[in-house]
Amino acid sequence: MMGRVVLALAGAGVLAVPLVAPTYHVLLMLPFMAYGVVLLGLNLLFGYTGLVSFGHALFIGVGAYTGAFLTSKFGVRSLEAILVASAVLGALVAAPVAALCVRYVKIYFGMLTLAFGMVFYTFVLKFYRVTGGDEGTPYLRPSLLGFGLEGIPKTDYLIGPYYYYSLVVLALAAAVMWRVVHSPFGLCLKTIRDNPAKAETLGISVGRYRWYAFMISAVYASAGGALLGAPIGNVDPTLAYWTHSGNLVFMTLLGGFASFFGPLVGAFAFIYLEDALKSLAPSFWRLIFGAILAAIVIFAPGGLMGLVRRARPLGVSRA
Amino acid sequence: MSGVFHASILFLVSAGLQVVFGVQKIFNLACGSFYALGAYVGVSAVQAYAAAGGPAGFFIVPLALAGLAIGLVGVVVERGLLRFVYERDETFQLLLTFALVLMLEDAIRLTWGTSPLSTGGMYLVYGQVRILGAAVPVYNLIVIAASLVIAVGIGALLTRTAFGRIIRAAADNREMAEALGVDMRWLYARVFTLGTALGTLGGALVIPATAAMSEMGIELIVEAFAVVVIGGLGSMRGAFVGALTVGVLRSVAISTYPELEMLLIYLIVIAVLVLRPRGLFGTAATAT
Repeated sequence: MMGRVVLALAGAGVLAVPLVAPTYHVLLMLPFMAYGVVLLGLNLLFGYTGLVSFGHALFIGVGAYTGAFLTSKFGVRSLEAILVASAVLGALVAAPVAALCVRYVKIYFGMLTLAFGMVFYTFVLKFYRVTGGDEGTPYLRPSLLGFGLEGIPKTDYLIGPYYYYSLVVLALAAAVMWRVVHSPFGLCLKTIRDNPAKAETLGISVGRYRWYAFMISAVYASAGGALLGAPIGNVDPTLAYWTHSGNLVFMTLLGGFASFFGPLVGAFAFIYLEDALKSLAPSFWRLIFGAILAAIVIFAPGGLMGLVRRARPLGVSRA
Repeated sequence: MSGVFHASILFLVSAGLQVVFGVQKIFNLACGSFYALGAYVGVSAVQAYAAAGGPAGFFIVPLALAGLAIGLVGVVVERGLLRFVYERDETFQLLLTFALVLMLEDAIRLTWGTSPLSTGGMYLVYGQVRILGAAVPVYNLIVIAASLVIAVGIGALLTRTAFGRIIRAAADNREMAEALGVDMRWLYARVFTLGTALGTLGGALVIPATAAMSEMGIELIVEAFAVVVIGGLGSMRGAFVGALTVGVLRSVAISTYPELEMLLIYLIVIAVLVLRPRGLFGTAATAT
């Protein structure tokens, strides 16, 4: 009950942001919502299936470049089309990657995903004739639900229509993911996380279920990447660099991977923390960031949600 | 030959990665940052040495000593941070080393600034020799020889000394080693420091040939990562073969088809992981 009240308040708050908050803060919410979609997917793999990917920035890259190519080279401006195309392309890329990666667990899974992420990064960096190399590819303003919205200034477009569009996408993504993790399928994933051998004897095809979880997370990450790229207006290879993947895991852990809404809390906290630290300590914000991450890892492995709940120390030696 | 030079440096860093992974089962993402740290400290040491009027011909002495000395930062990191997470899931260990990457990057920027630093003309102080028609700086040959000596030294350390036997015992079976009276705190602190010192030494030795930049750490880590995957996690022979493979392939690719440079290496990494996940020389120590 308490949870529903908090959720309703958070929802109302997010709806009201463009009406009450300064433009600057509304703009900060845009990457939050995009990362929210990405992390909902990543956490299906991380929190629910027990596989930590250090390469999901690959799919953010796929989504963002899909949007950039469609808008600037193929004249497709519809964000709906971009999201669908990103999801489909993300799934196409993920199918073989996932099939190879899910054969391994733990550190090997992490390393293999990192390697695939870096292949993609190197590819977009080096084939500059196609991708623009490190200068990136422009991501033109997409139309929303068929409305071109070319007439209004970019900021008004972002803090108005684009904001609510992102919010709807995030809400839909969360609703679908909620159903997924509370379905029998979600329960199977948790069983696999806690005890793969037992899951196998219970008749769950461990490899196939891990593959499904990877595919869903890749589709989410690609769609999130398409949302992330549009406000920036330009897509460059750093989106796919391995440290970006590391940040995704950081966000998830910051919020708490053991909780459904943890990653969203984490994305929110990460973005505001990063913004605050960058303005407070422009020359050493990473130092503070790293110290915070280290402190969370050592003292609060349950993340912010874990602190709120003060429940049993989640995540301690799950192996 | 520049490929072999690069391979020697890569070997040092990945040997550090391997010894830590072998015993502590921690994949240290910060090994690249230690390498960068060693590079900056090396630059400072050589500059101070030159300013003090030391003969140019011996600049390699303060350089190597500084690289080794800063490796002691490993003790601080191990005792101050890592020892809290040995009982945790490896995700947390990986993330803690990721936190180190972030912290060290800024610590380096704060100390040495953002512009690239170099040791000036020290690189060619030993002259050049012609090998197979290509001019090779003698310094490169010295580093290659030094890293061969270190490789042999580590091999001897692991197989011929009591400390080496303890390391191998702990890598094989931690509980049994502990039951037999090995103090794991003592061992972990030493092993991590050894691993760190190999990384910082690698950084110090590379620096006459290039310039110290703050991004050098996170760029090197993906190469060192490729080395240990190709060679097999936790294996010293693997680090040697892997470093040679990556170093030489990289220089061949750069001179023939630059677009393929790292792409080729990652594709090999993936091929190795898919076909032979324990790497070419992976041992039982890497299982599970």
